[in-house]
Amino acid sequence: MKITNLVKRNRYQDSVTLMQVAVKLREVAGIDEVALMMGTEPNLEIMSEAGLLEDGAGGAGPNDLIVAVRGTGEAVESALSMLDDLLRNEVSTGKGTGRERGEMVPHDISSGLAELPDANLVLISTPGIYAAAEARKALLRGKHVMLFSDNVSIEDEVALKRLATERGLMMMGPDCGTAIIGGVPLGFANAVRRGKIGVVGASGTGMQEVTSLIDRYGGGVSHAIGTGSRDLSSYVRAEMTLTGLRALMADPGTEVVVVVSKPPGPDVLERLLEAVSDAEKPSILMFVGTNSDSYAGDSKDGQAGRQEFASTLDEAARLAVRLAYGLQVESQPVLSGEEDTIGSTMGRLRDSQRYIRGLFSGGTFCYEAMWLMQRALDEPVFSNTPLSPDLALPDPHGSREHTCLDLGSDEFTVGRPHPMIDFSTRSQRLLQEAADPQVAVLLLDVVLGFGAHPDPAGALAPVIRQAKELASTDGRALPVVAHVCGTEGDPQGLEKQRQTLLQSGALVAPSNAAAARLAVSIATQHKNEGV
Amino acid sequence: MPADSKIADLLGHAPTVLNVGVKTFAATLEQVGARHLHVDWQPPAQGDPQIAALLGLLSDDDRPDSAGARIKAANEEALQRILAADPVWEDVRPAREIWPEMDDRALYHAGPPIEWDRMCGPMQGAVIGAIMLEEWAEDEQSARGIAEAGEVRFEPCHHHGAVGPMAGLVSPSMPMFVVRNADRGNYAYSSLNEGMGKVLRYGAYSPEVLARLRWMRDALGPVLQAGIRALGSVPLKPLMSQALQMGDELHNRHVAATSLLFKTLAPALVRALDDRERVAAALDPIAANNYFFLNLAMAACKAMLDSARDISCSTVVVTMARNGVEFGIRVSGTGDRWFTGPAAVPDGVYLPGFTEADAAGDIGDSAITETAGLGGFAMGGAPAVVKVVGGTPGDALDFTRSMHTITLAPNPNWTMPALGFAGTPTGIDVRKVLDTNTLPIINTGIAHKVAGVGQVGAGLVRPPLQCFTEALKALAETVL
Repeated sequence: MKITNLVKRNRYQDSVTLMQVAVKLREVAGIDEVALMMGTEPNLEIMSEAGLLEDGAGGAGPNDLIVAVRGTGEAVESALSMLDDLLRNEVSTGKGTGRERGEMVPHDISSGLAELPDANLVLISTPGIYAAAEARKALLRGKHVMLFSDNVSIEDEVALKRLATERGLMMMGPDCGTAIIGGVPLGFANAVRRGKIGVVGASGTGMQEVTSLIDRYGGGVSHAIGTGSRDLSSYVRAEMTLTGLRALMADPGTEVVVVVSKPPGPDVLERLLEAVSDAEKPSILMFVGTNSDSYAGDSKDGQAGRQEFASTLDEAARLAVRLAYGLQVESQPVLSGEEDTIGSTMGRLRDSQRYIRGLFSGGTFCYEAMWLMQRALDEPVFSNTPLSPDLALPDPHGSREHTCLDLGSDEFTVGRPHPMIDFSTRSQRLLQEAADPQVAVLLLDVVLGFGAHPDPAGALAPVIRQAKELASTDGRALPVVAHVCGTEGDPQGLEKQRQTLLQSGALVAPSNAAAARLAVSIATQHKNEGV
Repeated sequence: MPADSKIADLLGHAPTVLNVGVKTFAATLEQVGARHLHVDWQPPAQGDPQIAALLGLLSDDDRPDSAGARIKAANEEALQRILAADPVWEDVRPAREIWPEMDDRALYHAGPPIEWDRMCGPMQGAVIGAIMLEEWAEDEQSARGIAEAGEVRFEPCHHHGAVGPMAGLVSPSMPMFVVRNADRGNYAYSSLNEGMGKVLRYGAYSPEVLARLRWMRDALGPVLQAGIRALGSVPLKPLMSQALQMGDELHNRHVAATSLLFKTLAPALVRALDDRERVAAALDPIAANNYFFLNLAMAACKAMLDSARDISCSTVVVTMARNGVEFGIRVSGTGDRWFTGPAAVPDGVYLPGFTEADAAGDIGDSAITETAGLGGFAMGGAPAVVKVVGGTPGDALDFTRSMHTITLAPNPNWTMPALGFAGTPTGIDVRKVLDTNTLPIINTGIAHKVAGVGQVGAGLVRPPLQCFTEALKALAETVL
């Protein structure tokens, strides 16, 4: 094995571009591992620990690009020879930059605004340590901000949201992955019919699921406003959720409002109820991992208000479509291939197969699934992002009993692209779980939309087939339940993605909640039969 | 606008988006036909998070009584003063008449403050020459002796309204160009250019050098004084404008400017003085020295920039200067404070027999030309200068375009035909330098590190980042 480091001085590239090049280089036969990272302290440590650094990479600094390759001598040479072309292609894919060759590209917000003075929204996805300052620059100039970056301190978040409120501006984020404003998808978002339902949410994938289902159920979305994951915490106190709510209540195109988040801090719920109880328009509140019944008694001054509560993302979408359009949505079926029907698969499960293993790219999907599973199974569900501390996995790389994993969480994504774009971690884990004779069913989320993988089902299908074959060789059936979050209008196409999954032998559920329920049904049915 | 209406406005139409960071999001906007622009973002200040945070706090701000609004207003004032400045050559006078205290054994030098023992070779050589010129000592050894003994006071030219190229030594008997900013009345001064080869400003102090300096003091200075007093005044801004359009950049290329000066000066001298030989003797070195105009250009730029000094909250750079050991900048909003860092060795083209190993550190007050938007900033309009400093005409264009990203505005008085008559990049903003990771580019001569050998090449150099990061921190203290 040969390790080679190449340092390109003063060559900053964003991490997504670098990871995309790394993915391509990893495909070269004989390459064991590749990392392309800027030479910051934390990155140097990561690369060192991964056994990829030689001699401290020649004193590389934060603005220098380090290319580290490990593999056979030939493979390393081959990979390095491809490097410059790959970098150039990733950089000069002028799509989206709208530049002509030879024109100066702006490198900072100030120059950008000088060139596009009528910009009214700045979408920021820089590394977290710099993100707050960039957001501030935009806000001070009277621009709305969507802050995709995470790893921004809570103090900065509070200060920025206060500044935004002072200036009458929207500050979506930090850690805001999804928004749809005026019909325009921002960040990771789906192609959704325009309509009367406004969504405001602290969860990107939560909003993706709700808006996609609204579209599928025949409704449409006016705007989907992201608030960032911590907005309803007791630090931030729903600052942007309230701003977003007010905006949607005032928006002539919106008739029903949906709020999606994790459960708010106690005093924060009160603030929310104040805002929605006697609002002009009805609203639906959906707090992932809580039952709507638990809020039945909550209301402003003990009076029932214009708000309703939903227990799942799917239910929120259905309620919204009923309220806004008077449409009663039928229960959607689980799809299966001819040979792998639910019944036939369950019939071939062995006694040892008792557990559900969920591998999620969306943290909210993981959370919702775990919660549903926990309630239905009355058995512990372990996770790297558990419902309670006692359910934490001692080692996230090894599952235990029922396990649901958020593969987008830090422990899985350090130095790698997010699982919505890169499926290598999930694929490896899928096969690992398939080899475990105690596994009864696998659970997957497949997320479509702008910015997501161009063909998620196509990337997963061979792995699903391989997993099922692995189990089959061992005399086990292995049902794989997937749900596709997306719409027909998405670049990947909902129907096509579903078909690809079906052909690989997966069972395709219509929503995350339905997928979790089906997984429970498979695991418990089998247990009952065994009694 | 009432509080919620900006948000209502956002929701009422498709947004116009500035995408900062990951390109994929811009690709999505392109795909759906949304109006947008991608910013190819890079971490500011080469990745320094503390500086990045300060840049956020010191950003321009719409709200009237905010820090950012104060900065914006201050910078507008600074820019206006620079653009409105009208440098006029009015006189030639001995230094001691301008600064009587110099006779008390004071010498002025280029760059930020520095003491004798830290001075580089060329500057020490120039000091020795100046001491001998003023007859404070008889020879090199005794000249060094009094310098080492602390019997000579050393101060930056900049502290006295003056600028000097390379070592930039000014001594009491030297004739000085006197330039007045007709707009605000402030003065700036510069020595006369000795010519090329072994000269004081490169640290030479041989008998020939001293003889020439004496001749300049006794013959050239008085003749030029007679000429300018006969003319009354020579406005420099329009002359420089013409020269720029003829392919000078006014730091390392002054062929046109010197020729234009000659056109103005020659008839006046002929008329003002009867003695043909005296006139010819004065005109000969001007005709032979394509760099003659440099010192006037420097004084003109100094006069313009000094008018923009001391504007509270302004982030505009008013001085860039080097002493061979340190590079120093001064910023309008932080008054007299110097922000220094190590002077680099320029990256350049060397005369036969010389290499980078022979080079002295970056030296001279001539970076005042870049500070005013000329020299390296105007290279795009003076592509021939690449023959001297290296690179291609395409590079020259890129440099000028790049300098536009770190300055407040183009100067409408100084335009460059090659760039579609774009004005020269004016008003270096410390914040933009750090935000764009773009340091000012300077065209410069390169001195041999040993005193007296002379010029060994010419090239490109930039100030160290720390000048700007330290300046920003100081600005933050005064503004926030």
